[in-house]
Order: sequence, then C-alpha cells, then structure tokens
Amino acid sequence: MSTAAVTPGTRVGESRARHPHVNYLNADYGIKSWLLTLDHKRIALLYLASISFFFLLGGAYAVAIRVELLTPAGDLVQSQTYNKLFTHHGILMVFFFLIPSIPAVLGNFLIPLMIGAKDLAFPRLNLLSWYIYMVGGVMTFWALLLGGVDTGWTFYTPFSSTFSNTYVVMAGLGIFINGFSSILTGLNFIVTIHTMRAPGMTWFRLPLFIWSHYATSLIFILGTPVIAITVLLLALERLARIGIFDPALGGDPVLFQHLFWFYSHPAVYIMILPSMGVISELVATFSRKPIFGYSFVAFSSIAIAVFGFLVWGHHMFVSGQSVYAGLVFSLLSFAVAIPSAVKVFNWTATFYRGSISYDTPMLYAFAFIGLFIIGGMTGLFLAATGLDVHLHDTYFVVAHFHYIMVGGAVMGYLGGMHFWWPKITGRMYPEGWGRFSALVVFVGFNLTFFPQFLLGYMGMPRRYHAYPLDQPIWQVLHVMSSAGASILAVGFIIPAIYFVWSMRYGRFAPANPWPGTGLEWRTTSPPPTENFRKTPVVTWEAYEFRPVEEMRIVGPGETADQPADPGHPRNRVAPETLEHGKDKE
Amino acid sequence: MATSDTMHTTHAPHSSAHTALAHHFDNMEQQREAGTLGMWVFLVQEVMFFGGLFLAYLVYRTKYPMAFAAASSHLNWKLGAFNTVVLICSSLTMALAVWAAQIGRERRTQLLFMGLTALLGTVFLVVKAIEYTDKWHDRLFPVRGWFAPAPDAFPHTIAVENIQMFYWIYFAMTGLHALHMIIGIAILLPIMWKAWRGAYSPEYYAPVELFGLYWHFVDIVWIFLFPLLYLLGAHFGGGH
Amino acid sequence: MQLLQQVWVPFAPEQASSFAGEVDALYLYLVLLTLFFSVAISALIIYFAIRYRRRNAMEVPRPVHGSMILESAWSIIPLLIAMTIFAWSASVYFKLYRIPNEAMEIYVVGKQWMWKFQHAEGQREINELHVPVGARVKLTMTTEDVIHSFYVPAFRIKADVVPGRYTQTWFEATKPGRYYLFCAEYCGTNHSGMIGWVVVMEPTEYQQWLSGGATDSAASQGQKVFQERGCASCHQDDKQGRGPTLAGLFGKPQPLDTGESVVADEAYIRESILNSQAKIVAGFARPSIMPTYQGQLSEEQILQLIAYIRSLGDNAEGSSGAGGATGGAGGGATTTTGTAPDVQRSNPLAPTDPRGAGGRSTTGGAGTQQQGAGGASSTGRTRPTPERGSSQNPPPEE
Repeated sequence: MSTAAVTPGTRVGESRARHPHVNYLNADYGIKSWLLTLDHKRIALLYLASISFFFLLGGAYAVAIRVELLTPAGDLVQSQTYNKLFTHHGILMVFFFLIPSIPAVLGNFLIPLMIGAKDLAFPRLNLLSWYIYMVGGVMTFWALLLGGVDTGWTFYTPFSSTFSNTYVVMAGLGIFINGFSSILTGLNFIVTIHTMRAPGMTWFRLPLFIWSHYATSLIFILGTPVIAITVLLLALERLARIGIFDPALGGDPVLFQHLFWFYSHPAVYIMILPSMGVISELVATFSRKPIFGYSFVAFSSIAIAVFGFLVWGHHMFVSGQSVYAGLVFSLLSFAVAIPSAVKVFNWTATFYRGSISYDTPMLYAFAFIGLFIIGGMTGLFLAATGLDVHLHDTYFVVAHFHYIMVGGAVMGYLGGMHFWWPKITGRMYPEGWGRFSALVVFVGFNLTFFPQFLLGYMGMPRRYHAYPLDQPIWQVLHVMSSAGASILAVGFIIPAIYFVWSMRYGRFAPANPWPGTGLEWRTTSPPPTENFRKTPVVTWEAYEFRPVEEMRIVGPGETADQPADPGHPRNRVAPETLEHGKDKE
Repeated sequence: MATSDTMHTTHAPHSSAHTALAHHFDNMEQQREAGTLGMWVFLVQEVMFFGGLFLAYLVYRTKYPMAFAAASSHLNWKLGAFNTVVLICSSLTMALAVWAAQIGRERRTQLLFMGLTALLGTVFLVVKAIEYTDKWHDRLFPVRGWFAPAPDAFPHTIAVENIQMFYWIYFAMTGLHALHMIIGIAILLPIMWKAWRGAYSPEYYAPVELFGLYWHFVDIVWIFLFPLLYLLGAHFGGGH
Repeated sequence: MQLLQQVWVPFAPEQASSFAGEVDALYLYLVLLTLFFSVAISALIIYFAIRYRRRNAMEVPRPVHGSMILESAWSIIPLLIAMTIFAWSASVYFKLYRIPNEAMEIYVVGKQWMWKFQHAEGQREINELHVPVGARVKLTMTTEDVIHSFYVPAFRIKADVVPGRYTQTWFEATKPGRYYLFCAEYCGTNHSGMIGWVVVMEPTEYQQWLSGGATDSAASQGQKVFQERGCASCHQDDKQGRGPTLAGLFGKPQPLDTGESVVADEAYIRESILNSQAKIVAGFARPSIMPTYQGQLSEEQILQLIAYIRSLGDNAEGSSGAGGATGGAGGGATTTTGTAPDVQRSNPLAPTDPRGAGGRSTTGGAGTQQQGAGGASSTGRTRPTPERGSSQNPPPEE
C-alpha cells in the first residue's frame, strides 16, 4: 500500500493557499515569546534544541574515541586527552541528552495533551526547569572548554576527589544544578498526572506513555536528590580536602559508589522507561490494536521503577562488598528483568492478528524490541555474580549499556520523534528517507556495538586508550566497531537534515495522520496554545480503535473534543468544518 | 516554588472564578490539590536530599564511634536545645498562621503569627551563627589548613582526621538545614506582604498552607539533627 | 563439574585457572538462552509483521485485551529461568570469593600505574607475578592511591583494589604461560598502561626462580619494621606489656571491651595499627594509649607487619620470622635487604608522588612514558629467572 494512504496530508501546493489556523507556533512571534513562554509545548521545543546540541557534541566525542581505537597504539591523542574524550562523551550523553531526552521533549509536549489538560500543573516551574538545565549545561560545557574532566562520567573517588587535576568541581556543579531540572520536571509530571486529567480520563484509560512517565518521575524525585548531594560532597571534598571520601583521612571511597549508583542505576530506568512508553504507543498505533495486557504493561513500569532502587549494588560485585550483599543485589537484579520481559512479550502478543504497517516509527519500534532483547538478556550476564566478575568493567559492559541506551532509549526517542513530528510541527517528514535512515541506524548500531560484546568477553577492559598488539582479533573487532560507528553517525545525521527540511518544505500534516487513539490526535496539528478548544471528555478506553475514517475526521480544534451529540460517545464530526485531512477523497 | 505557581494570576477565561485561579486549572479545588501534592512531592525529594547526608553520618559514626562521641560532646548542647525549643515554637506559630488564614481571621492576626514565625526563625539563625563562630575560633571549621583543634581539646588517642569527619558532617547537615531556614524566611516575607494586602481568605490560602508544610518539614529535620549531633556524646557517657 | 572444565566457547580468552571452565560454561548457558529468546521472539515478530501486514488502509482488527494465563506464563517461566542463572552464578561467585585457608600468600599493592607484589618468601616484583602451576594463590591487595582492579582474563578473576582496606581474591593456575594482568578500574592518565603479567611456572621452575631471588621473607621484613617502630616495647610476648601480646593472635577471635569479639585478620590488624581506638581488646584501657600510625607507615610496611604478626605462631618468641612463611614453598630467603625501593625507582612508569607538590600534573608526556616503557620489552618474556621488579610490560607499541 502506498505511503500516502497511511500518512495522509495535503500537498504543499494546496496548503499554501490555505489559511493556517492559529496554533502554539504562530500564536506569538519573537525571541521573547519563546524564552519567556509558559507553554509546555514551546518549552519542549526549547529542550529539543538544547538536547540536540549536546547530543551532537557527545556524538563528536564518540567519533573521536572510535577513531583512536582503530589502532592498538594510542597514536591519535595522548592518554590524558583520550580519558577526557570518554568522560565528556559520558557526561554529555547521560546527563544532558539521555536523561532529559524523552521526558523533557516528548513528555513535556505530550503529557498535557494526552491527559486532556491545558498545560502542566506548574508552567513557571517548567520554564524554570529548562533554565536550570541550561545553566547546568552551560556550566558543564564551560568546564569542558576550559580543559575538561578526566574522571569518567562515574567520578569514582578517590581519583576524582583527590587525584584528578582537572575541572571536576565545575563539571560536578553543572551536573548538580542540572539535577534540579530533573527533580522539578518529575514533580511537575507527577502532580499533572494526578490532578490535571480530563473528565473521564481514569488511570486505566491513560496511554502507557503516561504510565511510563509517571514511573520515570518517581525515579526523578527519589533518585536525583541523592546524586545531587553526592556530587555536592565531591565538590566539597575537592575544595576543602576534608576526607569525605579520602581513606588517608579516614573516609570511605566506596561510600561514593553506593551513593552514586543509588541514583545512577535507577537513572538507567529514567532513560529506558520513557522509551518503553513510546514503544507501547507505536506498537498499538501501527498494529491498530490495544496493547495486549494493558495493566501488566502499566504496572511493569512501576515495578521497574521500584525494583530499580534496590539493585545498585550489582555495579559493585568486585568492589570488595560482602559476598552476601552481592547475592542479594544479584537476586533483585534478576527480579527486575521480569517486568522488562513482560513488556516485550506483551508487545509481541499485540502484533498477533494486528494490522501492521511499516511506517518509520514502527521500524524504530521493531528495532527497539530486537535490540532491547539483546540488551536486556546481556544484562542477565552482568547480574550473574560469578560471570560478572569476569565481565565487570570490560567492553561487554560497554556493549550492554549501549544496547540499552542507544538500542533502547535512542531508538524510542527517534521513533517517538517521527511519530509525533506531525503533531509538533504540523508537517510530515519524508517517509522514504525516514525508513532508509531507520535501516541505516539499525545496521550501524549493531555493527558498532555487537563486536564489543566479543571484545569484552575476551578481556578487553573499558576506558583503555591503547590495547595489546599481540591480540590481532581485538583490532579487527575495534575496526568493525569504528566502521559501524561511522554508519551510525550517518544514520543520525539524515533525520537531523530532513527534520529541519520538513519544517519548511514538508507536507502539511492532518490532525491524526496515522491514525492514533490518544487525545493528542484529537486536536489540530500543531495544537492551539490551550491544547483543546474545549476540555475533552473521555468516554473510551485506552487504544480503542474506531473505524479509520472516523478517527481521521478530527479537524482544527472544534471537533473531536466537542461531541455533536453528547449522548453518543463516538460522535462524528461534520466534514465541512475540517480544513485538514484532505486525503480522504 | 510550587507556591509561586499556584499564586500566579493571568487573564483567566473563567470570569467568575477567583482571581488567584491560574488559567490552566479548571477550578480552585484542582489548583489547591495540585499545589498541595506538589509540595508533598517536593518534601519527599527533600527527604532524599538530606538522606544522603544521613547515610554518610551513619556510616562514619559506625566507623568512628569514639571520635564522634568526643567531637559531639564538644558541641554546645545548651544552645542546641534552646534552638530546638525556638524551632518548635516557630512551628506552632506557623500552624496558627495557617489557621488564621484558613478561618479568615483578620489580616493583623495572620501577620502577627507569620511575623512571630519569621522572628523565631531569625533567632534560630542568630544562635546558629554564634555556634558557628565559636567553632570557627576553636579552629573546628573543617577546611584543610584551618582545621586544627587545640591539642587538649580531644583525647590525644583519637585521630584528628576522625574528629574532622564529625565536623564536616555537622557543618554540612546543619549548614544545609540553615540554608533551608534562610530560604524559608525569604519565602515567608512576600507571603506576609500579600497577607498585608489581604490576599488570603478561607477560599484562597494555599500559599500559607504550603509554606507551613515546608516550615514544619525543616523543623522536623532539626528534630533529627539535634539528638544525632548534639546528644551523641552524652549517649556514649561523655558530655560536659 | 569435570565436564564443565571442557567447555569451549568462541571469542574467549585462554582457560588458565580452575575457574575458567566453569565461568565459560555459565557464559555458554547464557549465550544459548539469549540466542534462543532473541531468535524466537524476533522470528515471531517478523512472522506476525508479515502475516498480519496491513492489506487495506481502512482495516481495523478486532481488539484482543489480554490473557491472564499467558501473562502468568511469561512472568513465571522467565523467573524460573532467571533463578537457575542466579543459583549457578552464585555458586561460581562463592568459589571465586571464598578464600581458601591453605594458600600461598601474596601481597599486592597497586599504585598509579603499576602493580607491586610481595611473596611471603620476600621476593618483590613489579608488574610481573610469578606463581607455580597447580598451587592455590591468595592475593591480599590494597593501593597507595586510587582504586585499581586486579583483572586476569585468562583466570576469569577480578577484584577491586581499594585504598584504605584489604580486598582478597584467589586463583589456582592450571596451565603454565604468561597471562595479561589488566587494571580494570579506571585509575587516571595511564590507566591503559597499567598492564602486567602473571607468569605461571612449573613448580620446579618456580622453586628455582624463588631461590634466585635474594631477600628476607616478608615476615622478617615486617619484624624489622616492628622493632624500628618500637612496637615491641608494649606488645611483649610475656603478657606483661601495655598492649596485647601478638603471639598466636592471627586468625583467632579477640574479645573486645565492648563485649563483642572480632577475628584478628588482616583488616583488623590494619585497623588497629592505623586507628587504635576503633576496637580495643578486653582488659585494656579505653581510650587506648596506642598512638595512631595513620600516614606513618607505607602500605607495604603494613603488609609486612601483618606478615610478621601472622608468622608469630602460638609459641613464637617473635625472634624469627622465617618460620612464618605460610603455605609457601619453603623459605629460601637469604638476607639482602634494602634494595627494593631502588628497584621501584628504576621503573620508568613510576610517576612522582601524585600528591606531592607539582607531581600531580599529568598532562603531556603520558603517552611518551608509555612508549618508553613499551620499547623495553614487547616480546613475550618466558625466562623464569627472578626478574625482580624490573620487567615492564605495557601494551607493546610499534
């Protein structure tokens, strides 16, 4: 079937003639209208611009790392420089891209839309979060410009507190400040989901995207303050030299690891849970079926968030912690695998007897599921205590968490960006290019990171600037990985180009191009500033698909959320009121 | 921060609604609910924030019980106890301020209780400053180079590093607590100004109520800090 | 278990310890599970995606909401499988970290960016550790600066080396050869240069190597420290001293004045030396009159003191440390001391004290340091001669 049938929209020529409706993008103009906006949708776009910048920067560091590792000898950069490269890559990607990515961009944009609210509960707080993020980001970026940090993104003491001679304090304070952005965003989401739902939007009618963001917000609230105080103590230790983590002064360096991982392990779920939420939306929409086992998928998000706080010690199996503590952490880590597995099985079951289309977002969803299985299963290798002793701090770990963070979180992010791009900008991205780049990303990703599993089991430690020459197979695998990285880079650059292109030249998007069932599809693309002209009243279950022609008939704001016949929940809207969605003919 | 959002007023489409109703809320009920939940979530976050320090305290107190006992008994528990009483009184006056706003007492009453709260908070901070000054003069402020207690201040058998370990935790915890007090008073002042303008009524007193929650939380943190830091020495049979 | 030793997996390092086969077998089990699940689920998804592809843009399939039976099945079955992995891996983990009592004692001190070893017999080595095949070797490890991690892929063992405390691990090498020793915990500028070798030798060769090295035993080196520091003035053997007598102390439970009791192991002795107030033996004054030795003894000296205390058997007079070489392959120690520090200096990798003034600048020269070292010896050196301390084997460079 043709793309146009699935992703309908008006042609450019037609649309030029059309009078554009007032929406959040054209409601106001000027730089001030953006920098002082309280509209969650505009704030989401502010985040989008800033995290894209940090992603680009972090990606550039990754490229430099991969080039260095082409040869065993450390011949491109000095070891000190190399250490800064992977530190900067990690700090930027984890704290300034992955953690804010889906929540701050898609979550910010979609949560009020999906629950039928006019905005998040605390719009000023939302804007403040973005400013805090920027202050933290600029501060960290400035630290990198001044000379950088060489501690690894994990900042292990006492190296970071006593020995490193780089800009640890400034980068750390940047991360500290950035943490409050996460906390306030999580607070805003929790309160919004609790108190701002539209009439009829019960908890079990919420899209699974909302459930996963609720779980994520719990982690923001409970975990982020701990990393904040930890980084603060690290800075204090460096400034005052009082031995908080310095064994020479009676301190305990391993305490830092406990505090650090108490946040940073749940932080992994901050990255993956929102992505899982996106995938649930994609799987349902592009199979046109409700998610199989909705409540299991919903509660598995909460279970992951809760169990996620009990497993931090699996990062420390070889740190000298008690063997029994190791066993408990191992057991709990296996327990957290179950809700993840439940999600995968339920998505798979959703495909059964679905109506499956291969639009770009769905390709990313397929990629996510496949890569997440590998990423999750290799997590079991690392949760297995006896095996982790060998694998800990090798490339196996590097490969594993990239399968989760890139194969999982970034795939979900890209899938979600394609899925909601029509809603965000009112324009379609070019579908052919979208599918092509999804394929490139998938191939490039696997070529980059699969060899690293093998390298890891062969014993290549991570964070090595140079590696032994008498292991020729190591170099072969590294070259494969670097080749894959270049393909992956191309795969990321293509969408960046066509997304920007489509903002001006893309076809106009109808209100509900796929069509999807969520409330966000029952308002115009792009939505008006107040999201819905009238507060919607929800009378249908989550992912309740109606006949396609009915779902497409969602015009500029007036329609879907305003029943023509209030007694009939599935009211249809008079077609003549519609400006968009011309494709039906 | 949550309070400022619930307070902000815009040209709401709900012409009949209270002027304090923000545009994106349907009604005052929803707005109040959001504000209250927001503050509670914020306080949960605060618990975790202090939690990191409490964990550090627990670890090092277990590791160096003698040093902690000796260092603790060097604190002025009388000033600490005085401050505890001051804070409990301030919680009482704050509760009365919320009550006054809630049942619509005249603004002078509201202001009186709020003013007392701010005053008691200030008293606490002044006493804290006196304590800090003493510690500074005794060279117990934990910065490498400055920390140098008098030779006979502590038993010579206890490593000075471990005394210092207690003092950084003491300064970090009480310092963070004092910072919360300062922020609290800074937030209370504009609330008092609005109370003076007669902004609060039984229909709308959310900022006062939410601030009250925050103030009680800060008070409770101190209730934990006082015995853990000041009375520890006595627990080990030390004390002056 | 014999069967498990035979398991071969592709892309695995050599199997050179008693654990290697077991770890590989566990790995193989997990690889097969992963293959099974990823292939099965992917195949199912591909099948569904083709079988149920959208044939008509307007079609909306009948909704299916879920199945309690399926949900239970795919929660419980993975849980059971996970538990098998847990149980198996836990049994391996126990073997890895349950340190045998009877084993060769080797002390390891990590330092940016090198490994220092001391055998019970007194030999010291840098970046190269010689051990006999088939013997249990127990490593007691600490570091002078940051956290390192002792990682020998061929043995499938790894243990962090943490400042201020002892961590232990052990292995039994099964195959003679030279195996990489990596630092696996990022430790600063030249982390990737902190590579050493474990040289596994036939027992007879090892004996030869041992006898070639000429030093005091670790215990008698410790005895010297003990006397220089005047420890003996309080810790007398006749129970008349102001401190507890140390003879027969090691490994025994000590009653404390709190009523608890603590086993006098390496960690306890270290703590008592550095922080004498922490745990006071019953019957002695609190606070203890023993001064703290924090910062006054090097990690190696503390380890030697421990070796000395360990050597004091129940009836030892404390006069000779030679008898204390525990579980090792005999003494063979002659007396030439005092060379070791110079040997360390000769190490081209050894930086200046990282905390020393100016010494912390690690920029520049790092790469060249490594290259200089690499130039020294890049070919595998199998000569089992007692190369104390001098051999440097960072990653070879071209």
